[in-house]
Amino acid sequence: MIHKVYSLQFTVYRIFLILFTVHCSLFTVAYAQVISSTELINNAKQYDGQVVTYSGEVIGDVMKRGNFAWLNVNDGANAIGIWIEASLTKDILYTGSFKSKGDLIEITGIFNRACPGHGGDLDIHAREIKKIQVGNKLYEKLDINKRNFAIALFIILGLIWILTRLKTR
Amino acid sequence: MILRPRTEDLKTIGYYLGKIIIGLGLIMLLPFVLAILFNEINPGLDFLISSGISLLIGLLLSRLCFTNKDLNWMQGMIVISFSWLVAMLLGAIPLNLSGHWKSYLDACFEAMSGFATTGLTLVQDLDHLSYTHNLWRHLGPFIGGQGIAIVALSFFVKGTSGAFKMYVGEAREERLLPNVIHTSRFIWLISITYLILGTLVLGIIGILIGMKPVNAFFHGVCIFMAGFDTAGFAPQSQNVLFYHSLTFEIATIIIIILGSLNFNLHYQLWVGRRKEIFKNIETKVFFTSIMLAFLIVVIGLNRLGVYPKAIILLRKGFFQLISGHTTTGYATIYARQFISDWGNLALVTLIAAMGLGGCACSTAGGIKMLRLGIIFKALKEDIKRIILPEKAIVTVKFHHMKEVLLEDKAVRATLLITLSYLTLYGIGALIGTFFGYPFLDSLFESTSAAANVGFSCGITDAGMPAVLKLTYIFQMWAGRLEFMSIFTLIGFLVAAIRGKK
Repeated sequence: MIHKVYSLQFTVYRIFLILFTVHCSLFTVAYAQVISSTELINNAKQYDGQVVTYSGEVIGDVMKRGNFAWLNVNDGANAIGIWIEASLTKDILYTGSFKSKGDLIEITGIFNRACPGHGGDLDIHAREIKKIQVGNKLYEKLDINKRNFAIALFIILGLIWILTRLKTR
Repeated sequence: MILRPRTEDLKTIGYYLGKIIIGLGLIMLLPFVLAILFNEINPGLDFLISSGISLLIGLLLSRLCFTNKDLNWMQGMIVISFSWLVAMLLGAIPLNLSGHWKSYLDACFEAMSGFATTGLTLVQDLDHLSYTHNLWRHLGPFIGGQGIAIVALSFFVKGTSGAFKMYVGEAREERLLPNVIHTSRFIWLISITYLILGTLVLGIIGILIGMKPVNAFFHGVCIFMAGFDTAGFAPQSQNVLFYHSLTFEIATIIIIILGSLNFNLHYQLWVGRRKEIFKNIETKVFFTSIMLAFLIVVIGLNRLGVYPKAIILLRKGFFQLISGHTTTGYATIYARQFISDWGNLALVTLIAAMGLGGCACSTAGGIKMLRLGIIFKALKEDIKRIILPEKAIVTVKFHHMKEVLLEDKAVRATLLITLSYLTLYGIGALIGTFFGYPFLDSLFESTSAAANVGFSCGITDAGMPAVLKLTYIFQMWAGRLEFMSIFTLIGFLVAAIRGKK
């Protein structure tokens, strides 16, 4: 009986250990792969010329330049320019603006602190692009409070204007 | 003996302030129209509310304080200094209502930064800001750059004597035309002509570099307004780096140089006196200063090997330098790169260029090239006096639209304003250092705020202390108005408290 309890404890311990190891290794891989814009900008010299993985929302316009295109990708802190083959941008459906949430993408490519081919811009030359999440259109909901306040304000304004006109006459 | 301001003074100030507020309220309807065009409902309501509040306050003030009297010097100066504060408070309302600023103080910071043509920003998630609010951000510099009072002068103020006092209060002394209202209208004519041309050029470039036509022209109008008015706001968070285009950068450089030149010089060119550009003391000093600063920046960047190719060094170095010297603040590098990459020599030179600023009677901030020229001329005069025999009569002249004899009175005024600017840069740097930022970073940010540049090395952030936000707001306001109307306002407040009836 005692032996059985010890054996069960050992099995639970082993499962826990395996799960912990898998969790840690997954976390480490994920952490090592995606580098934030702040990290890249603040340590640009360290990452210069290295292959990095960067993730964020596509914002503004996809600007095609011949067979290539510029994407600007914002990870919530900063946006970084991505130089990419135009054919790889075909799947990008939404770009971030007031009316839409842009596609969330992950790019792997060479990071340049001062790109020699692009006038010294800090950029990433993408080799791979992976769409993580499709963006969507953002629909505005009328703010009733704002509408009512605006109506009340202009009624008061109109009354005062009429009163001042009458007084002037 | 200090006399307490009379009720009549307060009424006159209130009346003219009311007129300016009405003007501001009407201008707020422009973004509202854009909101209708782009079907942006809530942003449109933000501007309807802000316009309504402004018109209500303006109407009440101009009715309650109605007067037929013209402004005297003191009243003119007070109206101007108050109108900039009121414009900030009212201009911040639609920004705050958008939810893109963390607090009303942040929205006030943004509004003052816009009106004072600075360009420091505390906006959150700019890349998702509506067209409507973005237009307002860029319209602010266009109104403030020309002068808030000029808006009123052009449309509402009838008396030319009072109008001139308001015009001077906004740090402009040069009259292009004999009548100050005609001068104001001419400044608008120049600005709107350039606005149309600049928007067309930038819009076409935008399309050619791959932007959607609507976005290209919207960005064109925004970049023009904030560029010509040396503010440095941009519709995207990456500023000019967003476009990744040399052509766009060149067009921007031309626009910011045009904006940093004296409006009087534009007038001379307008009427065909092209030689003025080569004879004028300001353009000579400006050109020399840019070249000298650029040389030092190049040496500094080259010594550290910041950029891999000479052509890149020239492109990046010149763009940031000309942007700083004209007090625009457009950037093609990230804020932290000024500190991490540029090195002390290039950075200190950039700070000096920012502090010196552009030309007088332009939309640029800083000490101004005319003052720098006068200081050099005065120095030359003093050296001559020492070298030449005591009985020799030494006179020094300089060319600024006409031949001008250098007088001690002009030198004194120049030195006083220069000293005020240097003090303002220093105080801001000390306050930044007090809050734990490194001195050079603090000096950079302080000079950027007080000279209305808009470059940031990373200090300007929604998380910075409220006192520092207030310090920068004060610096932007004082720097834009060039102190005299601020000094008058302080004197007025002292008189209101301690003066005798």
